[in-house]
Amino acid sequence: MSTTEAEARAVQPDSAEPAPSKRSYARERNGPVFWIGMIILALIFITPILWMYVTAFRSQSDSRRIPLTLIPDGLTLRAFRFIFSDTQNPVLMWALNSLIAATAHAVLVLIVASMAAYALARMQFKGRGLIFGLIISTLFVPSFIFLMPNYLLMDRLGWLDTLLALIVPGAAGAFGVFFLRQFFVGIPRELEESALIDGANTWDILTKIVLPISKSSLVTLAVLSFLSNWNDFIWPIFVLFSPERLTLPAGLSTLNGAFTTDYPLIMAGATIASVPVLILYIFVQRYIIEGVATSGLKG
Amino acid sequence: MSTAIATPKRGAEEQATLVGGGGKLKHHHPLTPYALCAPYLLLLLTFVLGPAIFGIWISLHNWDFMLPNKPFIGLQNYKDLFDSTSVIFSPFWRGMRATAIFTVASVPFLVIIPLAIAVLLNRKFRARAFFRAMIFAPFVLGIAVVGVLFNYLLDAQFGLINYLIGVIGVDPIGWIQTLPWAWISLVGMTVWWTLGFNTVIYLAGLGNIPAEQYEAAELDGAGAWGKFAYVTVPGLRTVLVFIVTTTILASANMFGQSYLVTKGGPSDSTRTAIMVMTEEGLRQFKMGTASAMSYILAICLGLISIINFALMRERNK
Repeated sequence: MSTTEAEARAVQPDSAEPAPSKRSYARERNGPVFWIGMIILALIFITPILWMYVTAFRSQSDSRRIPLTLIPDGLTLRAFRFIFSDTQNPVLMWALNSLIAATAHAVLVLIVASMAAYALARMQFKGRGLIFGLIISTLFVPSFIFLMPNYLLMDRLGWLDTLLALIVPGAAGAFGVFFLRQFFVGIPRELEESALIDGANTWDILTKIVLPISKSSLVTLAVLSFLSNWNDFIWPIFVLFSPERLTLPAGLSTLNGAFTTDYPLIMAGATIASVPVLILYIFVQRYIIEGVATSGLKG
Repeated sequence: MSTAIATPKRGAEEQATLVGGGGKLKHHHPLTPYALCAPYLLLLLTFVLGPAIFGIWISLHNWDFMLPNKPFIGLQNYKDLFDSTSVIFSPFWRGMRATAIFTVASVPFLVIIPLAIAVLLNRKFRARAFFRAMIFAPFVLGIAVVGVLFNYLLDAQFGLINYLIGVIGVDPIGWIQTLPWAWISLVGMTVWWTLGFNTVIYLAGLGNIPAEQYEAAELDGAGAWGKFAYVTVPGLRTVLVFIVTTTILASANMFGQSYLVTKGGPSDSTRTAIMVMTEEGLRQFKMGTASAMSYILAICLGLISIINFALMRERNK
């Protein structure tokens, strides 16, 4: 078996996919114990999420039966009807706020990070080392350091209780620049050089050559930025206060406090907060997982 | 990199600047790189570098939101945190203790369980990509959803977990209201939530170990354990350092789990340092003390990271 693999590798030495040979040690057959383990693992991960969705469609009395029943009496939209019409907890407004904040944040990150990353990856200028060093050093500063000063800054800028507080400060994070710079450094120079000879300027090279061939990295960064903003918890619960200004995570926290044991209602809120990201995840999970894996390996 | 051989079509001065030293493109106006960096640097200065310094400034003042002026008090905020007669001493150190307990209790599980799962998922089998995607899914949900979900699952009366252990004959447990169960709940839900993240990084690391090393170990007569101990673990050295470091930092940042599920209880025992800090600074608006707390916690984490790096390097020699 190993000889055929070695031959296969010798035939195509520049194969872009050396992965099969690398994993070849795992060629033992997987017995029933393995599959039972896998099924248990799957149940541990799927059951809580399914339980959240099932509970969202149960009536309150049905969810409070003792002993608990696994199969619902019947399904009802009561919880959704209630939270869609509750002016104290405007869940649809929260969803809209989350969508606006996360999208605007991702766009802002893409713009500022791709420009800075391109300069740092390809250009020589005084202070480049210093700037890059500064950016990297901020990766090591724990984020809670910024809570108090940035809260006061938001107050001074008049951004408290507005989505700007969620969109802008987070875009100063070093991850985007670091991530894109790694990618840009690896792009062969020939493309840019030939464009240069054809008379293209820096902006054209960046927008017409570098960014289009970096599409997968840009998608990864956009998705990671969107998700981290959508899920951000500690910052929005302190900088947003009006019921109609909250995002879904901050709103869920107030639902959790206000309706303590009306679990169908809280699970309906959690359903609205989780379904959009799970759908997004199903479509782009490859980008997310590869993005996390590469950032971990290089970090 | 002799790219200068490119056909000289353009003007002489453009040719001259086409290729700079070190193989960097040098066709641009000298100010172009600064212009490209400017928007990001403006954000970095305003929301990261400036605030990091401003935070120290705040911590040296009696920065009470309610006070008309915020008098300079030197290191008094820091002294208070170390003075056992001050009001803030006991909540702060209880918070630090809770954070320490959570970190010590969660990091081993968050390092070891994902490694085991990654080794399993590294085998070849159908639905491998599906399993990988599935165990990463909770991480995508975010702490607010995971927090309210576990608050429900762990409910002593109506929760699914007590129902399931009841099926196998175990009495209901007060997962949230009693110790040590509150800690076990917080660690358990954190493992469920973030396990996929570390697993994915391990999987990437496993993919980089050359198959030849396993074949060589096999020829030397190593069994499954031998291969794991002599090929897998050494091959994951840098990945391990990364995972241990980031997991310690993430656990020390724990906030949402306690905030949403145990609400700091029972009797403040799971109220973490970040909870104490945000309560003091962002609810009571005593920003000076809260900033001082954040710097002390940051210094502790810095020290732990340094010790961690030193230990890991030692062991690698």
